[in-house]
This record gives sequence, C-alpha cells and structure tokens, in this order.
Amino acid sequence: MKAPVLTAGTETSRDHATKAPLPSAARRKGKSKSDGFWPWLFVVPTVVGIGVFYLWPMVQTFYYSFTKWGVFGGAKFIGLDNYTRMLADSSIPQSILNTLIYTAIVLLGIPAAVILASLIERPGMRFASLYRTLYFIPYVTMPAAVGIVWRLIYNGDFGPINWFLSLFGIHGPYWTSTPGFALLAVATVGLWMSLGFNLLIISAGLREIPRELFEAAEMDGASRIRQFFSITVPLLTPSIFFVTIVTVISGFQLFDLLYVMMGKANLAMPQTQSLVYIFYNQAFLQNDKGYAAAIGILILAIIALLTAFQFRIQKRWVNYV
Amino acid sequence: MNHNLNRRSFLSFAAASAAVVSLAACGGNGAAGSNAAQAAYAAPAKDLSAELNYAIWDAAQKPAMQKIVAEFNKQYPNIKVTIDVTPSKGSAYWTKIQTQASSNTLPDVFWMNGPHIKLYAQNNQLMPLDGLASGKAVDKASYPKALVDLYTVNGTFYGVPKDFDTSALFYNKALFKDAGVAEPTSSWTWDDVKSAGAKLSKFYQGKGIYGYAGDLTGGQTSYYNTMLEAGGTIISADGKKSGYDSPGSIAGLQFWRDLIESGVSPSMQQLTDTSSSDMFTSKKLAMTMDGSWTVGPAHTALGADLGIVSLPKGPNSNQSVIHGLANVIPANAKNPAAAQAFVAFLGSQDAARIQAETGTVIPAFNGTQDAWVKSVPSVDLGVFLDLAKDASPYPVSANTAAWNELENSLLPQAFAGTKPVADVAKDLASQMNSALAKES
Repeated sequence: MKAPVLTAGTETSRDHATKAPLPSAARRKGKSKSDGFWPWLFVVPTVVGIGVFYLWPMVQTFYYSFTKWGVFGGAKFIGLDNYTRMLADSSIPQSILNTLIYTAIVLLGIPAAVILASLIERPGMRFASLYRTLYFIPYVTMPAAVGIVWRLIYNGDFGPINWFLSLFGIHGPYWTSTPGFALLAVATVGLWMSLGFNLLIISAGLREIPRELFEAAEMDGASRIRQFFSITVPLLTPSIFFVTIVTVISGFQLFDLLYVMMGKANLAMPQTQSLVYIFYNQAFLQNDKGYAAAIGILILAIIALLTAFQFRIQKRWVNYV
Repeated sequence: MNHNLNRRSFLSFAAASAAVVSLAACGGNGAAGSNAAQAAYAAPAKDLSAELNYAIWDAAQKPAMQKIVAEFNKQYPNIKVTIDVTPSKGSAYWTKIQTQASSNTLPDVFWMNGPHIKLYAQNNQLMPLDGLASGKAVDKASYPKALVDLYTVNGTFYGVPKDFDTSALFYNKALFKDAGVAEPTSSWTWDDVKSAGAKLSKFYQGKGIYGYAGDLTGGQTSYYNTMLEAGGTIISADGKKSGYDSPGSIAGLQFWRDLIESGVSPSMQQLTDTSSSDMFTSKKLAMTMDGSWTVGPAHTALGADLGIVSLPKGPNSNQSVIHGLANVIPANAKNPAAAQAFVAFLGSQDAARIQAETGTVIPAFNGTQDAWVKSVPSVDLGVFLDLAKDASPYPVSANTAAWNELENSLLPQAFAGTKPVADVAKDLASQMNSALAKES
C-alpha cells in the first residue's frame, strides 16, 4: 500500500519542482514544504527510533555524567566531579592505550581483506561465493560464542595453539592471562572476526572498478602486481576509507570479546581492559552510574575526534572516481 | 558467592554492549519503605485470591519451585503463583531486578543473595519480615544462625533463608593411591595438606597433575576460608572496615601464594585458563577446596574415587564461610498478605523437604538435609552440615560488588608473586576502606 503513495507523492513534488516552477519567494517556501512532507512521513519510524533509543539517552547520559547516580535512581548534581575523578584515575589512560593498540591490530585486517578480496574477485575464480560466505561467517557469529571457542583454543595447558607450538619445542605462553599476550590474543580474534565484513565491502568496491582499466594496463604491459598497486588499491580507497572508519569505531567499543575471553580476576586485565570494559564495570558491577556516564561521554568524544580527523585527512589519500 | 558465580553469565553483557545508550534507561526513583516495627503476621484467610510473581535465576531449581507452589496451593487454592526464571545466572538477574526496583515494578517475591541484601535493605527496597517471626509463621531458630544474621540488616529481618552452601576439602582417591600418599582426614592441618600436596606434585611432575589448588578468582571457596582460619577477617561485623590488612588475613592469603610458589598448586595464570573445579573433575588435581554445589559434577566425574573431608585446620581453626539464598518481598508489595503467606510457606519444613529431594541444593531448614546427604552415599556429605554449624556469614556490605571488584583486580598479583602478599593486602584494605566510606 505504501509504494503507490510514494510514487504519487514523489511525482507531484517533481511536478512542482521541475514542470511548474513558481517564481515568488513566498510560493517557493510553500513548495519546499510540500517537498518535505512525504519524505518526512516515511522516515518518521526511523527518526523516532533513533531519537527515542539513541539521541535522547545520549542527552540523558550527558546529564547523568554530572551527577552522582544512586543505585535505585535519585541522581544528584555534582558538577564536574566525575570528570576530575576521571583525570586522576590511572586506569583510564592505560585503557585508552590498550584500546588504541587493539584498534591498530584490528586495522591490519584491512590490507589483509584487500589482498584476499582481489584474489577472490579475480575473473574465473571458482567457488568465489563459497569463500565469501566462509569469511563472512565469523562476522555474523555471536562474539560471546566466538570468545568461548577462542578461550579454549588459547588455553595454555590444553589448547591446540600451544600443542602445535610444542611440536617445535616451543613452550607457548598462557595467552589470555599473561600481560601483553592477552591483548594480542584478543585483538587477533577481533581481526579475524572483522575480516568478513571488510572483505564484503571491499569486494563490492572491486566490482565497481571498470574492467577496461585493467585491460588497458595489460596492453601497456603492466604486471599483475603493478595493476594491483596502481589500479586496484587507488580505486578501492573509498571502500578502504569506509571500513577504516567502521573498524576504528568498533575498536573503541571493544567489550564482549574481552569479557568472555578474559574472565574475572585475570592477572593481565589492567594491561588489556578497554574503556567500555571500565564503563561496564563502573555502571553494572560497582553501581557507580554517574561516573560510568562520564566514561561513556569520554568514549563518545574520542570516537568523534578520531572520526573527524579521518574525514579531514581523507582528501590526501582517498580517490573518488 | 554461590553456584551462580562459578559459571559465567553470558547474557549479562548484553545490557552493557549497548554501552552509552543503555545506561540512561534505568532512571527513576527508588521506592520508599519504612523500617517501623511490624505487627505480628497472621495467616490470611484460606480463600484469599491473588496473583504473585516469583522471580528466580536457576532454571535447574524450577521443577522444585513448581512442586512447592503446588503444595502451597493446597492451602491457598486461589493464590496463583507464576515463576519467572531469568536464566542467566548472576548479574543479568541483578541488572533486571535493579531496573525493576528503580521503576517500582519488582516481582512480588524474589530470590536474594548475600552480596545484594544490604544494598536492597538499606535503600528501603525490601519489606521487613519481623512480623513473620513474631507471628510464629517463621522460626528463625530453624535455620543456620549465620544465614539469619546475613539477612538481618540493622536489626531488621528481611529474608527467609532458602538454602545454603559451605566449602570442604575434595580429593581424588585414585591419585593418592597411585602416588602412595595417605588420604586426607577431617583432622588434617594446613601443614598436612602442604606436605601431601608437595609429594603429589612431585610424583606427578611433568604429567600436568598437581597436588592442591583452589578457585582464586573469587574468595568463597578459597581465600575467604583460609583468612578466617588464620584468625583474620574479610570485613568487620558492621560492614564498615576492611579486614584485609590484619596479620591473620595476610597469612590466609600467603597460604595460597606458598602453594603456587612451591609448585604444589598450578600458577595463577593456569588457574585463570582452567578453573580448579575443571582441573579436579578432569583428574588433573589431587585435592581442592570447593563448594557443596560441586558435589554433583565431581561425583559424576570421579565416581567412587571422590573423597570429601572437612577443611584442613589453619593456625586458628577450620572454618568455612556460609552463603545461602533467601526469599524476600519488595517494600511496596502489591499484595503483602499473599506474598507473606507464600514466603512463610517457602521457609517451611515441607518446602525444604521438596528442595532436599531434588538434590540440587542444601535446604536451609535444619533437619531436612538428610535427603541431600544421602544423594551421594559413597562420601560423607555431613561434613558440609558440620561446617555450617560454626561457619562465618558470607562477607558483605552495602555495595559488596565494589570491593569484590577490587579483590579481583588486585589479588591475582599477590597470588602470582608479582607483588608481595602483604603489600597487596594493605593496598586492597585501603582501597576497600575508601569504597566502604562511599557507601554511607
């Protein structure tokens, strides 16, 4: 039922806009109103959803970050106390560093995805969709389930990784409970999980590149490697830019993998915990929701800054055809 | 604290993964309650008609609870009780209950545990149940004293004990026999355990089998007991001061560090990767200190090789902390008469007997535990009941979770030997004291 209405609506607005242009400013205002009505009607469910479940809670969280929020409600305004406390909290800079290292490692999945995608998308590649599916499965699997399986794989005494290493006489570390190794272990799983999504976006980007470019390059005698670096990579930069943005944002939201793979009372936790982990800890374990709200705002600010920075420097390296 | 925390609750982070967004959803104001002395409870008329919601978190206990409801309905046929299981154990249940408390929509009757009782009682979320006691519907003397104390906050009785758990020494008879080491007895001391553990670890060296270990990712089945046995405390009786810096407490923590340092116990990292309970059930551990709720899985894994004796005696005593659940009613109960009648029945001997017969938990009602003790005839489960007699209540304060988190983040360094035990204990005590100071 909605589709015909949509067509009718867009047609009338197009009639106004193109076929019967009205000169006066007052009329033009009226026209833009009728332009706006139908589209707005159709985005109402989304806008209301985002407003109620995202924007309003964000505004509230911003307010609560200036309060001492009791376990059963009853927030009390305390000004900047939560923020000054955050400055003195030594676990915050450490966890920002941890999160940055995690994100940097997961970002290595992007070059990997570019290489894999250009192999899979080669003309004449057999079972291409099978490979795409295989790589995509980890992305759609629940992080909790992935975390449990990897926890077993990483097990220091009985895990397959250390068993494999022992074949070469190497005594593997306790991956998830040794400071340093734990972050590496968690980030490797994060990289592995994000590969499918990156691969999908980059594959789509690859298929947008006109074949003629490769054909022309081949006639000019360019090798496959040369084609990859001179045609594929530059023309993929919009897709690469997109997955970089998404990877950095999700990197800063690291929580579930950490929660499942590390467990409580882990020796390596200070060198591994992420900002969201501290947030969860304060909000839901220690019942200090006001402080947790302030940490939430910090996470939002860092993500916003990093994303804005990436949009600024994209002009230097992203080629839009 | 009890069986719940030994397994991980995977749903609990669902609430948090929405991070920033979800936080604001739990606003609202707390319910007002009064601590005024209650009139003695009188049983309502048998034809009282009401609907009650009963919130629990252990799906394994639902059949027993249904049976209890059916018995209850023989007395009150018109009170309809709906059992609501929040299947994730531990924090998801508490996240839900906390949200319900904030919005005045708490279930009519729900399970309470030690770490949360003071938080809910001191914030006036619970109905005082002194009336049930003075009205003789519930006799406090029917339950272990430590449990009644746990659910009595500032002199007011808030929860009728449902079940309990204590810890004891579990051992693997086959591993002892093969190594030619004499089996433990209930009169063993710390030194006996240490020397037997050393012999066992030495005998099985290179095979990945160890002499003795405990679950160091929480205190209930390990360091809480040894701290008490060495004459220390975890928290002062009024719940206002940390006991971690007392010499006894430090000795109780040092016990575990010594075991790890001498190679009797697997390292802290090994115990994080594979829990001591799992190592014991997979026959990689000859002795472990563990809770009564692991009797079932341990017996399934070891069969006749399972042995259980009382806790080894420390410098002062042999002591176990006791923890157990209770049934509570919210302060602003919609139907107080029906809820109290149901809670009184849940605390009765009949209800306890039904719980005992299912064998999942030790019922709190004195004298009804026989069925549980008989559930594994090859070992003397009576030791858990003996240990309950002079057990210490599970250590709690108004915001127990805050310093539980400190224990979990600081103590692993002491057990792993990256910092001296005494330094970590003193650091923990001062951080815990400042957390406790924030409570009031």
